[in-house]
Amino acid sequence: MGRKLLTEHVNVEGIETFAVYRKHGGYRAVEKALKMTPEEVVEEVKKSGLRGRGGAGFPTGLKWSFLAKPEGVPRYLVCNADESEPGTFKDRYLMAKLPHLLIEGMIAGSYALGARTSYIYIRGELLYVLRILEKAIAEAYAAGFLGENIQGSGYSLDLHVHPGGGAYICGEETALLESLEGKRGNPRNKPPFPAVQGLYARPTVVNNVESIATVVPILNMGGDEYAKIGVGKSTGTKLFSACGHLNKPGIYELELGVPVEEFIYSDEYCGGIWKGRELKAVVAGGSSVPILPKELILKTAAGEPRLMTYESLSDGGFVTGTMLGSGGFIAMDETTCIVKNTWNFSRFYHHESCGQCSPCREGTGWLEKVLHRLEHGHGSMHDIDLIVSVAKQIEGNTICPLGEAAAWPVAAAVRHFRDEFEWHVTHPKEATQPGAVYRGNLVLA
Amino acid sequence: MEPTTPTAKPAFSPAAQAEIKRLLTHYPDERKKSTLLPVLHIAQAEFGGWVSPEVQDLVAETLGLAPIEVYEVSTFYTMFNLKPVGKHVLEICRTGPCMLRGSDELTAHLERITGAKVGQTSPDGHFTLKEVECLAACGFAPVVQVREKYYESLDTEENVQAMLSELKGLVHRPILPWEGNLPNSLQNN
Repeated sequence: MGRKLLTEHVNVEGIETFAVYRKHGGYRAVEKALKMTPEEVVEEVKKSGLRGRGGAGFPTGLKWSFLAKPEGVPRYLVCNADESEPGTFKDRYLMAKLPHLLIEGMIAGSYALGARTSYIYIRGELLYVLRILEKAIAEAYAAGFLGENIQGSGYSLDLHVHPGGGAYICGEETALLESLEGKRGNPRNKPPFPAVQGLYARPTVVNNVESIATVVPILNMGGDEYAKIGVGKSTGTKLFSACGHLNKPGIYELELGVPVEEFIYSDEYCGGIWKGRELKAVVAGGSSVPILPKELILKTAAGEPRLMTYESLSDGGFVTGTMLGSGGFIAMDETTCIVKNTWNFSRFYHHESCGQCSPCREGTGWLEKVLHRLEHGHGSMHDIDLIVSVAKQIEGNTICPLGEAAAWPVAAAVRHFRDEFEWHVTHPKEATQPGAVYRGNLVLA
Repeated sequence: MEPTTPTAKPAFSPAAQAEIKRLLTHYPDERKKSTLLPVLHIAQAEFGGWVSPEVQDLVAETLGLAPIEVYEVSTFYTMFNLKPVGKHVLEICRTGPCMLRGSDELTAHLERITGAKVGQTSPDGHFTLKEVECLAACGFAPVVQVREKYYESLDTEENVQAMLSELKGLVHRPILPWEGNLPNSLQNN
């Protein structure tokens, strides 16, 4: 069993209340931080090697150190709780079960950055979690951990929760800020980056829920100690959301470095593939990252066991590797139709494109349309090259990474499962039978 | 069908007004517009589960915004219903991880028993079916959201029944009878 730094007390009765959370060591990290200088807190997070847990994996301490600090201008810490990357459901769990952990991280983080007002932007669908957070925030105010002069330190902070309205794109940090300002969630051109001009054009840091929560164990144990956990530059523990055709889907906190094979098959984690079936493919880090067939997710192209770390999952680049992303781990069994699944993801990105950039607005539409045609037995061989070409033309040509997120899954699906796409063209009748699936030469009806 | 139609000139209840007043304190004075999304949620809850043009005008007036600033936002975010809806809006997740665990079959099943197609309201006005994208509950798929509640693991007949009886309790009317058995993929679990 690996160490659990975030979810250690998750099953304690009443842990969502201030009293029980405090009894289990809660708010010690805030007490510790308030005795340090803000710079020292940033330094601890830097030393920990913590990488953003939302998907991009950018070092959190470094992001914090970029924040502009002009005299007399307010700055903000905004928590990105707009969790909506398909396959990812860890932040919802963390907030609903351990609201005070996020609040504690927000206080320590806001102190480090010198923010006097901070926001948690939560996706609108999670209104029930918003209420859990608001209740916990009220408790923190009552206990003197929020509001004026926190614990007599002279530092004051207000913390508010803000609901979105249903838009995947608002998980992109500048779209999130637009949305928080009461506008459509259209991502902004960068530069200027939020660290210079963010919320209300003021210096802002946007961090994922899990990143902010992780600041708590980092401060409690010290950045150096935290960095000893994990493998290489993948330090600490990370929450993985396991879903799809697994015996035990759910949220698992792992010390980074667990072999992928162990994660999928061991009873301690996902317990293998459901219904006694074979694994076919995995999307390891949320729907945007490249899909890998069984052979390549369990072992790298060089034959090394693949580990649940940033480096190991991306070993081989996009040719034979993928990305850790958000930790949304989607397993697909042998009966899964890769063409249908790719079409489903393309429909998602088309639906969620904000429409600002033509390559994404038009390109995601074409991907959905052509994939629909292939899936439904009306496609041609040319269509397979067409979707690869459309994906290429989206990639790198948009304001925000939604373009890449839409392009990568398509390119990877064709790269690794081209024969399955071709089979849809050569065997349209079989391919459109309900439940039919391609397995080499086999058709299962 | 009798959709809940707001009066020509709607007004927020005192409770809603108090909540809006509280929300306004969360943002700088000159940034009232930041409350737009939370206030639209309140408006939708207050006026029958959707935001009519009149209701959106009320939101604009309340926050001192031009009506267009509200319209352009309400049409961007999928949670705001711009047409009348039934008493219960069943928001069915259709994205990959839910599809892998039977959301297509679940949708077809819910269409059969409510008598409404996706995007429609059932003839008795009780259920509106809406397909939505990922609800961040992929480990408990397939998932349906009804207002603030998530109904998860709807791949067993038992769980679908539990959701429907709960909603039935809320509408005080007998639910439509089950027509046939659950499709295979919903039974295998």
